[in-house]
Amino acid sequence: MNKEILLAGFGGQGILFAGKVLAYCGLMDKKELSWLPSYGPEMRGGTANCSVCISDEPIASPLVTEPDLMMAMNQPSFEKFINKVKAGGKAFIDSTLVSLKSDRKEVECHYIPATQLATDNNINGTANIILIGKMIKESGMFSFDTIKKALEKCISPKRINLLGINLKAVEIGMSV
Amino acid sequence: MAVVFEKPKSLIDTAMHYCPGCTHGIIHRLICEVIDEMGIEGDTIGVCPVGCSVMAYDYFACDMIEAPHGRAPAVATGVKRALPDKYVFTYQGDGDLAAIGTAETVHSATRGENIVVIFVNNTIYGMTGGQMAPTTIPGQITQTTPYGRDTKTAGFPVKICEMLSALDGVALAQRTSVDSVPHIRETKNAIRKAFDNQKNNRGFSIVEILSTCPTNWGLTPVESMERLRTECIPYFPLGVYKDITETEEKK
Amino acid sequence: MKGNEALAEAAIRAGCRCYFGYPITPQTEIAAYMAKRMPKEGRVFLQAESEIAAINMVLGAASAGVRAMTSSSSPGISLKSEGVSYIAGSDLPCVIINVQRGGPGLGGIQPSQSDYWQATKALGHGDFQLLVYAPSSVQEMVDMVIKAFDNADKYRMPAMILADGLLGQMMEPVSFPEIQNNQTYKPWATNGHGNKRPHNIINSLFLQADQLEKLNFERFKRYEIVKEECPEAETYMTEDADIIVAAYGAVARIAKSAVHRAREMGIKAGLVRPITLWPFPSEIIKKSTENAKSILVTEMSMGQMVDDIKLAVECKIPVHFYGRTGGVVPTPDEVLNEIKKLGGAQ
Repeated sequence: MNKEILLAGFGGQGILFAGKVLAYCGLMDKKELSWLPSYGPEMRGGTANCSVCISDEPIASPLVTEPDLMMAMNQPSFEKFINKVKAGGKAFIDSTLVSLKSDRKEVECHYIPATQLATDNNINGTANIILIGKMIKESGMFSFDTIKKALEKCISPKRINLLGINLKAVEIGMSV
Repeated sequence: MAVVFEKPKSLIDTAMHYCPGCTHGIIHRLICEVIDEMGIEGDTIGVCPVGCSVMAYDYFACDMIEAPHGRAPAVATGVKRALPDKYVFTYQGDGDLAAIGTAETVHSATRGENIVVIFVNNTIYGMTGGQMAPTTIPGQITQTTPYGRDTKTAGFPVKICEMLSALDGVALAQRTSVDSVPHIRETKNAIRKAFDNQKNNRGFSIVEILSTCPTNWGLTPVESMERLRTECIPYFPLGVYKDITETEEKK
Repeated sequence: MKGNEALAEAAIRAGCRCYFGYPITPQTEIAAYMAKRMPKEGRVFLQAESEIAAINMVLGAASAGVRAMTSSSSPGISLKSEGVSYIAGSDLPCVIINVQRGGPGLGGIQPSQSDYWQATKALGHGDFQLLVYAPSSVQEMVDMVIKAFDNADKYRMPAMILADGLLGQMMEPVSFPEIQNNQTYKPWATNGHGNKRPHNIINSLFLQADQLEKLNFERFKRYEIVKEECPEAETYMTEDADIIVAAYGAVARIAKSAVHRAREMGIKAGLVRPITLWPFPSEIIKKSTENAKSILVTEMSMGQMVDDIKLAVECKIPVHFYGRTGGVVPTPDEVLNEIKKLGGAQ
């Protein structure tokens, strides 16, 4: 396996956290991995994006410019990155927040109303994880068990009560 | 025959480079007397400044460090934090402590850093040849205030003890002088109190000692002592500005 | 773990007894990690009032004979330069971390490599050098901080980890080596003579010119030994390469990806990565580029390493440069394009 993943959205949407969950999935499955954030000086509300590489081989450049998998959680990120996705790659778009559609035929686009789904299921703030659930299902990268273990690592013991809603988000993502 | 007066053991027996009439020698001696009385030479680390006393490491028999200009309190902080059981003191002049090193002075004081700071205030930069110091008195003539310090352009002197006494981390802030035997005795007592404070983990202690600079004041040693009494002491009043042991005793 | 946190943990394991710092992006995780862990280990964490105070606290703790460290980013390192010169002049060991950001001036907060000259040529006044390590992965952040402490003690000189914001913020899996002995006997330390030895003096002032010259000569003799023993570089697919990319730190990883892609396209590309920036691994670079037709230096700066590479190959091979600066990170494609240009030129 060699997957280059780019996650993008606004600060505060949990972009970096979603990347961390993917990175930990790689760690649980004993893969080589890297996680590289790029965010503006403002910690909240600015644009945030994050490169994750997961591979069987040591990772050379940790910087992802042409992703195999891309997740966009706002319009500017979608516009900026949809044309960078490799041919044969997949894109995961929060269609509650992004109204545009791509006309690229060689990219498999999944439009998931993740923010709406989170609200409907009373698990606000987990749209990022819903999209990650969808991503790992469609790419076949990781199992539910792997992401469950990864979430247990990524959520601090103080907030362990949030584990349940994140797992629910994964389930929703994997089933839509 | 009984010996009634001798050189303190912790003062190295060597010729000093200080000018005739300079009071550094007296102050060095007082510190060494205290170190000897407390028997702590082997457990003391001194930090020298940049200024006339830059080479004080050749005179004190304890371990010594030469710090960058103004940074002695930061260096002393590093030593004391690494070796909390040892005694650490800095020896600094007015340019070092109250100009370039103001931040280090104020912050080591407000942290309550458990060190002793000996502050030698002679109202002038000695080593560089007599320029205006942060403590130069209004009207005082120096190389860089040839018409006398004009407060309109050069501002006012920094009064360190008054300033530091406002900080909670300070255990002792006392201003003394070495112009007379009673004042010299008072100075020694203050130094002893400062080291005792360190021994008892009371925090930051500063002893500001009004001192002379015959060479750069352009006065004889005797005239210098006179100026100390008639000009310096009135501008920088002697006294205890803060002493937490006083309030401790009252409790 | 994040690069900055892994580095901090490694420093603790390497026996760092005192850490003094001042907040600055993008290295603040180091201070935060130290603040959490050092007191639990019975060690010293102190947030200083300035970078200047922090480096002088390091001077004090190093004088006391313990392993001491400070960390900062580019503008903060400039402030530390005074203290670094005094530390070098006093022959004190310590470790300084520079997680570089774009400059000059306040610059930016994005990754950069524009402090190469400062670190390798002129981090302060006077005749002196620092050991400079340039990690390119989170694992190397760990390994090199340990090596930096050991070699700083061994050669009695300051050592620097010259990282960048990208490495500091990046997360990768990492393993920590078992460390047996992390303290060196330091008979020169000013830790109280206990009436058992003559008094020690830590000093960089020598008013007699011949005395100061003698000390500088002695120090540079020691540097000659360091130049013999310490240079390190990685070479990758250089044996048959026509075009060799020279890059260090995080950029070397980007360059490696470009080399992979060039090879896929049939271009014989290779990579040489200096690991120590001082001493500069000139011999390794010279040997590994003997058969190459050209060299491409790639950096996140305006080309600060180019001259050292030219000197290493004694100007026998054309040395080209491609760099981004101000916090812009070059992409593998950009580097690949440059490789292609050079490939096409032949």
